[in-house]
Amino acid sequence: MRLHDWKHRRLALVLLAVFPLTILLPRSGIISPYVDLVLKYVGINIMLTVSLNLVNGYMGEFSVGHAGFMAIGAYVASILTVWVFPSELGPWLFPLAVILGGVAAGVAGLGIAIPSFRTRGDYLAIITLAFNFIIKSVLENVDVIGGPRGFMGMEKLTSLSWVYLWVIVTLFLARNFIFSKFGRGVLSLREDEIASGLVGVNTQQVKVLTFVFSAFLAGLAGGLFAHELQFINPRSFTILKSTDMLVMVYLGGIGSLGGSILGATAYTVVLEGLRSVLQVVNISQEWRLVVAPALLVLLMIFRPQGMMGLREFRFFTPPEERPESIDALRSRLQSGPEKAPEGAL
Amino acid sequence: MSLLAIEHLTHWFGGLKAVSKFQLDLRPGELVAIIGPNGAGKTTVFNLITGVYRPSEGRMLFEGKDLVGQPTNQVIAGGVARTFQSIRLFKELSVLDNVRIARYSRTAYSPVSALLRMRDFTREEEGTRRESLELLQIFGLADQANAISKNLPYGQQRRLEIARALATKPRLLLLDEPAAGMNPAEIQQLMDLILWVRRTFGLTILLIEHQMRVVMGIAEKIKVLDFGETIAEGTPTEIQNNPRVIEAYLGEEAA
Amino acid sequence: MQFLVQQILNALQVGSVYALIALGYTMVYGILTMINFAHGDIFMVSTYFAFFVATLLLGLAVPLHPAIVFVATILAAMFGTAFLAVAIERLAYKPLRTAPRISAVITALGVGLFLENFMVAFKPVGPEPRFIPPLFPLINFTVGGVAVSTIQLVIIVVSALVMFLLDTIVRRTMVGMAMRAISWDKFVVPLMGVPVDRIISMTFALGASIAAIGGTLYGMAYTIDPYMGIRIGWWSFISAVVGGIGNIRGAMIGGFILGFIEIFTPVVLASTYRDFVAFSLLLVLLIFRPTGILGRPSVQKV
Repeated sequence: MRLHDWKHRRLALVLLAVFPLTILLPRSGIISPYVDLVLKYVGINIMLTVSLNLVNGYMGEFSVGHAGFMAIGAYVASILTVWVFPSELGPWLFPLAVILGGVAAGVAGLGIAIPSFRTRGDYLAIITLAFNFIIKSVLENVDVIGGPRGFMGMEKLTSLSWVYLWVIVTLFLARNFIFSKFGRGVLSLREDEIASGLVGVNTQQVKVLTFVFSAFLAGLAGGLFAHELQFINPRSFTILKSTDMLVMVYLGGIGSLGGSILGATAYTVVLEGLRSVLQVVNISQEWRLVVAPALLVLLMIFRPQGMMGLREFRFFTPPEERPESIDALRSRLQSGPEKAPEGAL
Repeated sequence: MSLLAIEHLTHWFGGLKAVSKFQLDLRPGELVAIIGPNGAGKTTVFNLITGVYRPSEGRMLFEGKDLVGQPTNQVIAGGVARTFQSIRLFKELSVLDNVRIARYSRTAYSPVSALLRMRDFTREEEGTRRESLELLQIFGLADQANAISKNLPYGQQRRLEIARALATKPRLLLLDEPAAGMNPAEIQQLMDLILWVRRTFGLTILLIEHQMRVVMGIAEKIKVLDFGETIAEGTPTEIQNNPRVIEAYLGEEAA
Repeated sequence: MQFLVQQILNALQVGSVYALIALGYTMVYGILTMINFAHGDIFMVSTYFAFFVATLLLGLAVPLHPAIVFVATILAAMFGTAFLAVAIERLAYKPLRTAPRISAVITALGVGLFLENFMVAFKPVGPEPRFIPPLFPLINFTVGGVAVSTIQLVIIVVSALVMFLLDTIVRRTMVGMAMRAISWDKFVVPLMGVPVDRIISMTFALGASIAAIGGTLYGMAYTIDPYMGIRIGWWSFISAVVGGIGNIRGAMIGGFILGFIEIFTPVVLASTYRDFVAFSLLLVLLIFRPTGILGRPSVQKV
């Protein structure tokens, strides 16, 4: 990574400047614990949305069981901090636990990637759902980690600062992946998988990379989630959670990092806002759970491309990839090579 | 020395024999055409060569290496490129991206390198950008580099498809009915283009085509397929006067 | 030996319900190549229709003959559920017929979840489990050491009847022929003068009615709650896939296979492994033989 570009330097400074705020604001009480919590959830949801967007948005696949990867990340990270790591070192080893949770989830991502070589569409959707159910079922049957009663004992290690850092890491890595030959390969898979192979794209490699990377990110989010709630059980990671992720992706916009941020933020904030609204109007909180699926159906019918469509914020597009840079490069090229015969063709 | 050697190539779809004992000995630099009525098995041969299907029987050697069983992207990476009957561009992607994607097998950096933006990534990407734009320039498409490919006029889409195929740096180019949907003026330009491309890029070309003018105009050798069987082969003149060929095309123009 | 017969009887009972619901999945898939993930929840709603109608009729000041109550309940459940299914089809699925497949899949999931959470939030229903009051005498008796109950027999017999009727409809009537034709070629069939939209609605209505029959009977033997559609829906869906999605006879066979898995897994392993076995079977099938036992494989042209 080179920060020789002044734009990159400026961005890095801005990000760095915000960091102290993530420590000060909650500590000093300027933002309440509730707002702190909501911000943390926004961050975790951004990570989840980016993760799912890679598979459903950019690659155009059908994963509807991503909560399973989140579950793996959550459990592995929790087991590490509660049983494996010495408790004095807890806060220091926390990032390692989160990363290892992500790695475990990434390995599980292989479990979806390999069937995806031969299966597409509806069938792959079912496979991912079955996967979600199986993971939940396995977790319920392993008594040593709590079975259906769940696992607890985690310290509240997830601070706003950590969430902030992990969100930046997620966006950075995702953006780098997308604007590379692998990311372009992903897009070509969505467009026309057979033509993609026929122009030399190693479709299996691209699928594995995408599923594993996506699962890894979901696993990271799971680890953070677990150390916020301090208690996880298999029921936190069912298809209901997967649906939340789907809503955020399709709300914000498929194939867009900016869209992922918008969708995650809008959804989290609206749901929290509804909590207060329903209290005031004296309607039971259970109606909040009707919002997500209703929104999802309406989105699919009226605006399946979400808020951003397939467009991306300029901010996320690397400078050399932007249209004006391409045009500039083109005019700098020699008109050297012999041109093909002209004509209406 | 044979560039592409095919023997006894046979393929069944369930109970239907699509290709029967197809044989081919393609020399470097040659331009050979495969013709035949619809459903004769011509596109199936292309699909077999490029690994879309695994042949029921037969041998295929490209530059001495066995093609049978190779996954598609490996065949392409090995130096075989192909265009399609109906244009299969990546419609929602830009003109430049269409070409760049075809450079996948010719770009060498690891995923980690991409994720962390390491030096070899930057170098390879700059090279890809430059070479792809140069290729587009050759085909007169550089101005459209940022345009979404589905918005291009038909003729330019065809050109883009050929440019994309050439981006994989092939030694063998398979063209599947490139003249489909063209008027006589466009056909003449296409013929010039194909010959120019062969000369400039040092290619060997295998062509499927229905338009007899193209076939008779540029092909050096012709193979005629009907119901999967090779019913005739030879020079254009020989084929034109072959009674079996004329019979197979009964009702179609043979001139 | 008695134990085996007992378990087989139990498996048949459970399997019958799965088969009835599986039929709904398979018919819709056959005609629209779409997986109606909301079907399990439609089944759940049908049990509540039956519950409310039965409770209403049984609470009338003038007592009605039990047979009338029974028939009226089933019919009301069938009509109500069919209406619901057709409404869902018209409002949510029809607009997406030309959209990419993922949209329909996600919409169906959304509709299902909406039904579940709605029923939880809707006061007269709520999340507590309930029983449909028995509408015919529930007698338990033993035959040769095997425990049999009237509800068990009714479920098995009624299901078999329904399946036989459906098979006849599909194979012998014009409507059935139209359904099968649409499943083979969606675009040519309207050109032959077949009212495709109406046939599609009829398919949904038929699948829902059959599920409602299963639901009414199920609700008398077991408890009902708004989230039951998830488990039962998925198990029925697996049945349809196992038998070959799109194939009606396959759905029936699949239902019984899943019934056996449900009853015999606790015997061989432990009851907590049921989901694991069923979903692993689904996974294995989808990877190695996605067309199921009786399904027809499709070849993709390049």
